Amino acid sequence: MNIQVNLTENDNKLKGDIHGEIDAHTAPVLREKLEAYQAKEGLNAELDLSGVDYMDSTGLGVFVAFYKSINAKGGHLKLTGLSSRLKRLFDITGLGDIMDIEAAVGKGGN
Amino acid sequence: MPQHIEAQYQEILNEYVKKQTEQNLYVGQNFSRQLILENISPEEVISMHKAAIGELYSDLPDVVWHSFDFLIEMMINYGLALQERQSLLKRQEELKVEMDLAANVQETLLKTKLPSLDGLDIGLLSIPAKKMNGDYIYFVSDYDGYAGVAVADVIGKGLPAALCMSMIKFGMDSLNSSHALPKDVLGVINRIVEKSVDDSMFVSMFYANYDAGAARLTYGSAGHEPAILYRAGSGEFSELEAKGLLLGVSPAAVYEEHSVILEKGDMVIMMTDGVTEGRTEEGFIERDVIYKLIEQKKTEPAQAIVQHVYDELERMQNAELQDDFTLVVYKKG
Repeated sequence: MNIQVNLTENDNKLKGDIHGEIDAHTAPVLREKLEAYQAKEGLNAELDLSGVDYMDSTGLGVFVAFYKSINAKGGHLKLTGLSSRLKRLFDITGLGDIMDIEAAVGKGGN
Repeated sequence: MPQHIEAQYQEILNEYVKKQTEQNLYVGQNFSRQLILENISPEEVISMHKAAIGELYSDLPDVVWHSFDFLIEMMINYGLALQERQSLLKRQEELKVEMDLAANVQETLLKTKLPSLDGLDIGLLSIPAKKMNGDYIYFVSDYDGYAGVAVADVIGKGLPAALCMSMIKFGMDSLNSSHALPKDVLGVINRIVEKSVDDSMFVSMFYANYDAGAARLTYGSAGHEPAILYRAGSGEFSELEAKGLLLGVSPAAVYEEHSVILEKGDMVIMMTDGVTEGRTEEGFIERDVIYKLIEQKKTEPAQAIVQHVYDELERMQNAELQDDFTLVVYKKG
């Protein structure tokens, strides 16, 4: 049960990186941190997930909820540094087609 | 405060004051458990202590008695906190009973009947990790040679997930046909879920419709774990992929559907991520492991196969499955 979420916002640009595991235990921590920003208009968010070793469907739910709320306010969410396992999760769920995601370089994202 | 307790305390205290042995301390520890059971508050314990000391050593200076009075005051709020805790425990017990009831209602409400079709052997196992199952299986069958099956996983847990499942069930019932095509079924359920649930709850669902006459399985997926196709002829496994977004994300989502014709001994294995996302100390359980388990029992009835896969995966994870586990096997006889 460990997760580390670092978020910094500057001029409506949200930058962040997440480390650890995102599962049913840790997802509430991530959700709470992201929720602080989701009401902003036109937020440009980029989250680096290269430090995420594991994510299950609960974690996916957190990102989709965040994606939906900032999209509804004219913002944009980009997720970067996805491991091949995470990339597969986004692809299977069809989210890879609608969300802006980027596989980690050299992590076998293709 | 019952008199016998006071007398007992005085005796135990007296023994300890005379001789500070482990044994005497141990008697005191046990006695304190009894005090908790009898709902004696911390401030009452101190009053009792004060009275006992008073009887045993009446000539102590006033400062000692004042300090006990002060300590009693200090403890009153602890006593209240204890009372609160006890009423919370009671409330928790009541909630547990209600959850059990709700789980029973869910089970009854979501009951589904295995279809019986010529030439199709069906195996099914769905084991919740907690009380409420976040996985959902529903069969649609009109006894006319068609059988639909929905395998769904609600992302989000507990009571809201259970309510969401009822919604899926009633959506499927409203279609009321075992002939319904996967892309239509998924489209309808998507609109229902999208309209009704909050932003952080989604459903992945695999829907397949089997036409026994033509031995044709038509399938579609809404962001669900791909089903596995086993070909008895070549002994090979492959994934039945179909593009489609999770249910409840976008009302505009459209769903693909594909068909395969099953030959004798072929199997289609449908599951939720509780099957594929298993982890052992060495890492993730890869799909190859699941293929191997199925292969070991390929000549056995479908139910024996699902049971074998479950037993083995459970064993690998030291009997601790983290997620709900659902596995359905359609085997062409």
